[in-house]
Amino acid sequence: MKAETREVTISVNGQRMTRRTEVRTLLSDFLRHDLGLTGTHVGCEHGVCGACTVLVDGVPMRSCLALAVQADGRAVETVEGLAPEGELSEMQQAMRDEHGLQCGFCTPGILMSMLAAERAGVSCAEACGDVLGGHVCRCTGYQGIRAAVRRRWATLPAARGEETPA
Amino acid sequence: MKPAVFSYLDPRTLEEALDAVGEHGDDASVLAGGQSLVPLLNMRLARPEVVVDINRVPGLDTSRVEAGAVRVGALVRAATVEKDPALADALPVLADAVRHIAHPQIRNRTTIGGNVAHADPSSELPAVLAALDGAVVLRSTAGERTVGWEEFFVSVFTTAREPEELVTEVVFPVRPDLEFRWTEFARHHGDFPVAGICCGLDVEDGVVRAARLAATGVADRPVRLREAETALTDAALGAETARAVGELARRAVDPPSDVHGSGDFRRAVLATLVRRTIETWPDRSQRGRRGAAA
Ligand SMILES: Cc1cc2nc3c(=O)[nH]c(=O)nc-3n(C[C@@H](O)[C@H](O)[C@H](O)COP(=O)(O)OP(=O)(O)OC[C@H]3O[C@@H](n4cnc5c(N)ncnc54)[C@H](O)[C@@H]3O)c2cc1C
Ligand code: FES
Ligand code: FES
Repeated sequence: MKAETREVTISVNGQRMTRRTEVRTLLSDFLRHDLGLTGTHVGCEHGVCGACTVLVDGVPMRSCLALAVQADGRAVETVEGLAPEGELSEMQQAMRDEHGLQCGFCTPGILMSMLAAERAGVSCAEACGDVLGGHVCRCTGYQGIRAAVRRRWATLPAARGEETPA
Repeated sequence: MKPAVFSYLDPRTLEEALDAVGEHGDDASVLAGGQSLVPLLNMRLARPEVVVDINRVPGLDTSRVEAGAVRVGALVRAATVEKDPALADALPVLADAVRHIAHPQIRNRTTIGGNVAHADPSSELPAVLAALDGAVVLRSTAGERTVGWEEFFVSVFTTAREPEELVTEVVFPVRPDLEFRWTEFARHHGDFPVAGICCGLDVEDGVVRAARLAATGVADRPVRLREAETALTDAALGAETARAVGELARRAVDPPSDVHGSGDFRRAVLATLVRRTIETWPDRSQRGRRGAAA
C-alpha cells in the first residue's frame, strides 16, 4: 500500500508551520523529524512515560498518541516555546535550582504538564501528585522535581501555593 | 515503533462517519481518544487498512442528565466527566471511577465511548455500567440499537458492536435510592486496577434494603456479584456481613493468572475490597432522619 500523505498546518509556539507528511506520522515525530523540534522527547510510544507531553490548544496530552493530521489547524506548545533562546522560564529555573533533573530526558514533558497545571490553577498537592504521576523519571527519585514544583507554586497566587505536600 | 501504513478518514458529520465504518467494516479502526488504539498501532498489534477519526464529528461530545439516566456522548472526554457539575450531582460515582483512569494527560483524551468500546477486562467504567445496569447505544447506517451491558461486553477486548456500528452514547441509569461508591486496588495510582468494585447500597437504620455489586479485573469482562447482592439484602451492616459477603465475592470468580498476579491474588484483592467497602459504609439514614426532625 502506498503511504498516504496530507498537508498539515500547525501553529507551533505561535509560528505557523506547514508540511506535507504521511497520515500515519505521530505528532511527536512530526515535531521532531518534520519540524526539527527535538525538545519533545520520545520514550515509550505507548503513553506511559510522559516524555512526549505537549499542549494542543492548551491541553496537555501525549504527542506519541496523536497523529500529526489530528493537530491540523490547532495550536501546539512545546518545550522550545517556554522561554526565549538562552533564558529559562520560572519553572525551568526552579527545576535547575532544586536539581529537578539529571539526564533531562523526562524534563520537557514535565515542564509542559506543569505549565498547563499552573494555568488551570491546580493546587501544589495535585501538581505534585496526579499531574507529576503522569511522568516517569528514571533519575531523580522525584524529590528534586517536587521541590521545584513547590518552589514555583510558592510564587503563584496564594490560593494555589498554600498546600505544600512533603 | 511506528504505525503501519493506513488510509485516514476524518468525517465531519455523523452520517459521513457511519458511511465510512459501513463501507470499510472490519478493515477500519475507529479513532476516538487514541489512548488505547494508538499504542496498538505503534506496536503494530493493530494494522487497520483505514483509520476513521471521529474527533471532528459534531454532536457526540455532550452529556445529558435525564429523568432516570445520565446519557454520555461517545466523544465526551474522561477529563470532562470529572469536572462536570451536573454529572457530579446526578451520579457522583462516575467521576470517582473516571479519576482512577491513568493521569490527567491521558484523561484529557480518553473518551467514554472509546473506553467502553475497548472493553479492557480491567477497566473501571464497564464495572460501573454493570452495577447500574447500564447500556450502550450503537448506530449504523441501518439504524440505532441500545444494548444492555451484559450483552455488550462479550470477552477481552470484544463487544457486541458490529464493525459497521459506532458507539454513540453510553447510558448510566440513575438509582436515587442507592448510594454508589468506586473502590479499587492498583499497584500505582493510575494503573489499571488488579481488581475494582462498584458497590451501591440503600441502607436504612443499619440494614441494607437493596444492593448492587459489580467488579472489574476478575474475569474476561465486568461481572455482577449477584450472590453477594442477595446476601447483602436485609443484612445488618457490620464486620460480620462484610466478611461473609467478601468471601462470597471471592468464591464467585475464577480469574486467570497473569503477569500482574495470580488468579488467587486477584480473588483475595476482590474479597478485601468488598469487605472493606462494606465495613466502612456510612449509614446516612440516621443522620438524614435526625436532620428531618430538627
Ligand atoms: C498510560 C495509560 C494508562 C491507562 N490506564 C487506564 C486505566 O487505569 N483504566 C482504564 O479504563 N483505561 C486506562 N487506559 C486506557 C484509556 O485511557 C483509553 O483511552 C480507553 O480505554 C480507550 O478510549 P479512547 O477514547 O482513547 O479510545 P481509542 O483508543 O481511540 O479506541 C479504543 C478502541 O475502541 C474503538 N472505539 C473508540 N471509540 C469508538 C466508538 N465511538 N465507536 C466504536 N468503536 C470505538 C476503537 O476502534 C479502538 O478499538 C490507559 C491508557 C494509557 C495510555
Ligand atoms: S513517548 Fe509518549 S508517553 Fe512515552
Ligand atoms: S532526569 Fe533522567 S529521567 Fe528524569
